[in-house]
Amino acid sequence: MSQKKEPPQAQGKVDVTDVVCPMTFVKTKVALDDLDPGQILSIRINDGEPIRNVPQSLKEDGHLVLGLNDNGDGTYELVVKKGQDR
Amino acid sequence: MAFTNQQLERYSRHILLREFGTKGQKKLLESKVLIIGAGGLGSPAAMYLAAAGVGAIGLADDDRVDLSNLQRQILHATADLGKPKVQSGAETILAINPEVKVNLHPGLVKADNVLSLIEPYDFVLDGTDNFSAKFLINDACVIARKPFSHAGIIRFQGQLLTYLPGQGPCYRCLFLKPPPPEAIPTCRQAGVIGAMAGVIGCLQALETIKCLTGLGKPLTGFLVTFEALGMDFRKIKVPARADCPVCGPRPTILAPEDYDPPACDLKNP
Repeated sequence: MSQKKEPPQAQGKVDVTDVVCPMTFVKTKVALDDLDPGQILSIRINDGEPIRNVPQSLKEDGHLVLGLNDNGDGTYELVVKKGQDR
Repeated sequence: MAFTNQQLERYSRHILLREFGTKGQKKLLESKVLIIGAGGLGSPAAMYLAAAGVGAIGLADDDRVDLSNLQRQILHATADLGKPKVQSGAETILAINPEVKVNLHPGLVKADNVLSLIEPYDFVLDGTDNFSAKFLINDACVIARKPFSHAGIIRFQGQLLTYLPGQGPCYRCLFLKPPPPEAIPTCRQAGVIGAMAGVIGCLQALETIKCLTGLGKPLTGFLVTFEALGMDFRKIKVPARADCPVCGPRPTILAPEDYDPPACDLKNP
């Protein structure tokens, strides 16, 4: 459907495929702590509940979800830009 | 500091809160709170603050666990009868959260030791049951510029307020001096509904957490009263006294002072 774009260079990476919700988002938040607003985090995340919950929670916290790439192994790469601290 | 995976899981429900997050949790883990009175109010406050991950909790109480305490003082259980309350309280705290550092202060809090007692702490929680202690804690905290939570309960009523340094009113602005010894019945004579201690002690724990993390607006400038039979919460705006003898611009109380021990401290009156 959409043209595949080269994802922006991520300044941070976190793998949350080893935990279940809500620890997926807790780990994501901790990873975002290490970044400055405007920087990019790449999150390796499982299909199912995590992929339904984490992007939504990121938006509610004021971050910008840039993209979701299928890794082809049941996991996804979620790319998010850190919002302003508040 | 970096969180361990266990800490992330233990405190996940805090960290998930947008306003709280990892920042708020770090602040709690680095905070030191002194709870004076390990009784009705101090029990739920100590337990929630321990569960919340407050780094160090000081317990000050010179009493031992008595059967008549157990109706409301949930830090203590039947097996603790006769133990010093600070010891029984520390055991409960560590059972909830072994990460907490517990400091025991088993002596009576008095004018000559209160300032050194509160000095190392970031916040003081008054969970005492008598006027002389409440005025002593108020004066010491105002003089030492220490934020604190005042509360009191009797029968079906409770009240609380929060004092921040330089932001009156303080307890003395509301109640200039302790009432005459027989004017107000003590808890021992008047009775108190046990769950009242839970309601008001938990509100004190919340105020403590808010002040330590900078969340929301502390209960300064207001007195909250709760009347259980009508389920009436009231938030009453209270001004600072311009001539308050301790927090006013020209204080006359420059050091903590002791008052007569309350009737309820007398053994077998």
